[in-house]
Amino acid sequence: MRKRTWAALTCAAFLSATMAASAYAGKKSADEARQFFKEIPKEQRIEHALNRLTFGPRPGDAEQVRAIGLKQWIDQQLHPERIAENPVLLEKLKLLDTLNLSSAELVRNYPTPQMIKQMVSGQMPFPNDPQKRMLIEKLVARYEKRQQAGGDAAALPPGAPAPEELRQVLTQDEIRSLRAGTPQERVQAFEALPADKQIDVISALPQGVRQALFVAAPPELRRKLELAGGPAQVIQRDLTEAKLLRAVYSNRQLEEVLDDFWFNHFNVFLDKGADRYLVTDYERDAIRPHVLGKFRDLLEATAKSPAMLFYLDNWQSVGPNAPQGRGKNRSRGLNENYGRELMELHTLGVDGGYTQKDVTEVARCFTGWTINQPQRGGQFVFNPRLHDNGEKTVLGVKIPAGGGISDGEKVLDIVAHHPATARFISRELAQRFVADDPPQALIDAMAATFTKTRGDIREVLKTMFNSKEFWSVGAYRSKMKSPLELVASAVRATGGNVDFAFPLANQIAQLGEPLYRKIEPTGYSNSSKEWNNSAGLLARMNFALQLAGNKMQGVKVDKPAEGIALGSPEFQKR
Amino acid sequence: MSSTRRYFLRNSALAMVGVGTAPLWLKRALYAADAPTPRKKILVAIFQRGAADGLNIVVPHGEKAYYNLRPTISIPRPGAAAGALDLDGFFGLHPSLAPLQPLFAQGHLAIVDAVGSPDPTRSHFDAQDYMESGTPGLKATTSGWMNRALPHEQGKVSPVRAVALGPTLPRAMRGDEPAISLASIGGFQVKDQMAAKQFEQMYEGAKDASLAATGRETFEAVSMLQSIQKQPYAPANGADYPKGRLGDSLRQIAQLIKSDVGLEMAFADVPGWDHHVNEVGQRADQGQLANLLRDYGQAIAAFWQDMGDRMADVSLVTMSEFGRTAHENGNRGTDHGHANCMFVMGGDVKGGKVYGKWPGLEKEHLYENRDLALTTDFRDVLGELVARHLGNPTLNGVFPGYSPKFLGLV
Repeated sequence: MRKRTWAALTCAAFLSATMAASAYAGKKSADEARQFFKEIPKEQRIEHALNRLTFGPRPGDAEQVRAIGLKQWIDQQLHPERIAENPVLLEKLKLLDTLNLSSAELVRNYPTPQMIKQMVSGQMPFPNDPQKRMLIEKLVARYEKRQQAGGDAAALPPGAPAPEELRQVLTQDEIRSLRAGTPQERVQAFEALPADKQIDVISALPQGVRQALFVAAPPELRRKLELAGGPAQVIQRDLTEAKLLRAVYSNRQLEEVLDDFWFNHFNVFLDKGADRYLVTDYERDAIRPHVLGKFRDLLEATAKSPAMLFYLDNWQSVGPNAPQGRGKNRSRGLNENYGRELMELHTLGVDGGYTQKDVTEVARCFTGWTINQPQRGGQFVFNPRLHDNGEKTVLGVKIPAGGGISDGEKVLDIVAHHPATARFISRELAQRFVADDPPQALIDAMAATFTKTRGDIREVLKTMFNSKEFWSVGAYRSKMKSPLELVASAVRATGGNVDFAFPLANQIAQLGEPLYRKIEPTGYSNSSKEWNNSAGLLARMNFALQLAGNKMQGVKVDKPAEGIALGSPEFQKR
Repeated sequence: MSSTRRYFLRNSALAMVGVGTAPLWLKRALYAADAPTPRKKILVAIFQRGAADGLNIVVPHGEKAYYNLRPTISIPRPGAAAGALDLDGFFGLHPSLAPLQPLFAQGHLAIVDAVGSPDPTRSHFDAQDYMESGTPGLKATTSGWMNRALPHEQGKVSPVRAVALGPTLPRAMRGDEPAISLASIGGFQVKDQMAAKQFEQMYEGAKDASLAATGRETFEAVSMLQSIQKQPYAPANGADYPKGRLGDSLRQIAQLIKSDVGLEMAFADVPGWDHHVNEVGQRADQGQLANLLRDYGQAIAAFWQDMGDRMADVSLVTMSEFGRTAHENGNRGTDHGHANCMFVMGGDVKGGKVYGKWPGLEKEHLYENRDLALTTDFRDVLGELVARHLGNPTLNGVFPGYSPKFLGLV
């Protein structure tokens, strides 16, 4: 009985609510559509442009754009090579030396605990950099000692070293001075130690003491402390720090926004096995050079990148009729992972008109696209022994037998220049730069440019920046900032000085967007809805207070009073 | 869900109980934190993101074709080393799911096999979206099935009746009814009281209606949870949650339920099930899938143990966007497939049985010659739980255009 009354009541309530709502929704979407025809007032244009082409305005940015002229400024941003880079940024990046190394060099100089084991057993060479070699040797010595003691090898590093290790190198007084006092005093105590002792001390310091030193350590010492905490982790630290530093400091802001956009579009997951050593090269050499270039080039760079080949498993895919597929290694065969995501996520979009048959055929075309020794940071290689050399048909196009590596390249031609790709990429860009539900007319105009220019990204962006939709009331302040956008824009707005950035990167992770760690190939959503929820809002407010209160490690801000403003609903939008 | 519409609905819900555009204090009273909350039925949903390999989770060890299709990654028959744990002479659990075997034997855990979404997509993104919206094939649906399944209440409702664990609100929970995401119970607050007040007012007056709505929901939930934040939580009955995302999530869901704050719907997810390569290790109880399943089984069993007789009010259901190919691929893994399995556990669940019609794995029985065919729609399972467990009879609002056929799970 109780149930029935309740049901009747809720039914009536639900019906009246939905009826009213749907009439309302119809009217509302017409209203919304009109918003894209209304131009924003002239005085809002610069602010709008700064919110969309940069990671948020800094004090003084608006005046600077006004002085250059808005149109010229946008044109400059579209040609980052013509903009002198901020020397402050270059100085800060210099310290992050993993950014410039090849994947193979990274493997050798920043080994995992397992690799250190292999160095001990002679299966792997030691680092060539003498400084690093010395540190690794210390780690190895500790490892061997533990082996003798019957300890657990997996606990190395990081692990709490036995205190006697420290007592062997330092006097009681010296140890006490490292453990007590302000961080600055501890650093002074450390630097007062004889140079030849320092490196022993670093590798013997317990994690907690190392952490306390870190806060006040000068950059060079910080690097050594990081290395002692686990060399392999330095790589991902450098990546996240660099992303943040560039977002905050770069003068080539649009390039940075696009780097974030395209990396996310062609997402790879840093923690998938060998990818920890391959992502640095991927972002630097596959993504970054092409963010304003030709889509076809960008696509091929990702298709041939060890990071993507590893992430989407294509490096292991073997043609069922390939020479090696028939041999004793018969268990190896086709893997569809890359073939599917290439069409669904990278080019045509899920409604782009491909079938399961196309997925299999594309996978056959890419057999043999592999990596020479992925665990050693190896390069892309085409291995004909793994390739299925039969005839294939992809999206109705025949690819004759015997094409070898050109099969995959033909697939890239087909999908890169497909009309569905022009629409899909245009929509993704418009969703990031204009509005969550960008008007179809805008997407069509961008797609037309894409097709006409054979996928020239810069030209597609120009069409977008010249559109009335971009400068409309419908677009203005309609987007919610992603966690990266929020954190970078808050630091920029407060004129913050970033000494080291990984605490900021941890914040971004807590807000729901761990950098380089989106496990799924979709990347993060470009839609505001993704970020509008209670856990995220509370974390944003707490971040705002922490940053403005100068309680965030590694950052100092100029305007400590602005916590409330940074956590406000207005600041969450761009 | 368009923000204004959500705002509108919230207000119209208020209008219907005669409050109109209520002043703030009145709305506060309506959602009062100290309102008595009678015990309600609770539904907990777990999403295994990445398409879990159902055929290696609920193993059809009685089916010869299973072993032919998977020469290197099948789970051995019961009795063999690292073999399946037999359930009914035909199906068996993956050996890493040992903690769930007694729950099945005692009739608390039911399994539905060859179940899933009828939409043919093999896209993770679309399939998750469809399963969470509850409308396979329909992309225009803006809300999620869990949000729509919340019984429409008159008067006082708890601000924490619908909670998703994690830093973002999943699709399944989005919609007209207030639903919060929560990364951790302890962290769910603004750490500065003064600032919290200011923020609350600012969000109350936000121009952006959807941010205003989220702000309101958030601060109502914060005041509701304040009382339980300071108490350390000790799981009951020696329950031992595994470290990691799912264990943490279920432990906190148990805490919310036991603190009687009005939870009715909870959601947790666990990523990483997309095993295209080396799915199974040297032995069937080692490797990537085994590791994930060990956590999964331990977490669910710990939840059961911790909840004790409170389980009488709770149903827990698990799902994954689609299954994986019946045959193994070229890299000791599996590619994207079709039908899968679901687990249903609860006090009122008629467990100890594998539900659903088994289509077989012979070539002619496979979907598109490659995948386990689908014989049960996932909405049959969820619909039955919504109608019979939660007691929400308006299923056409929850799964529009579909009439769930109940299996007799509860």
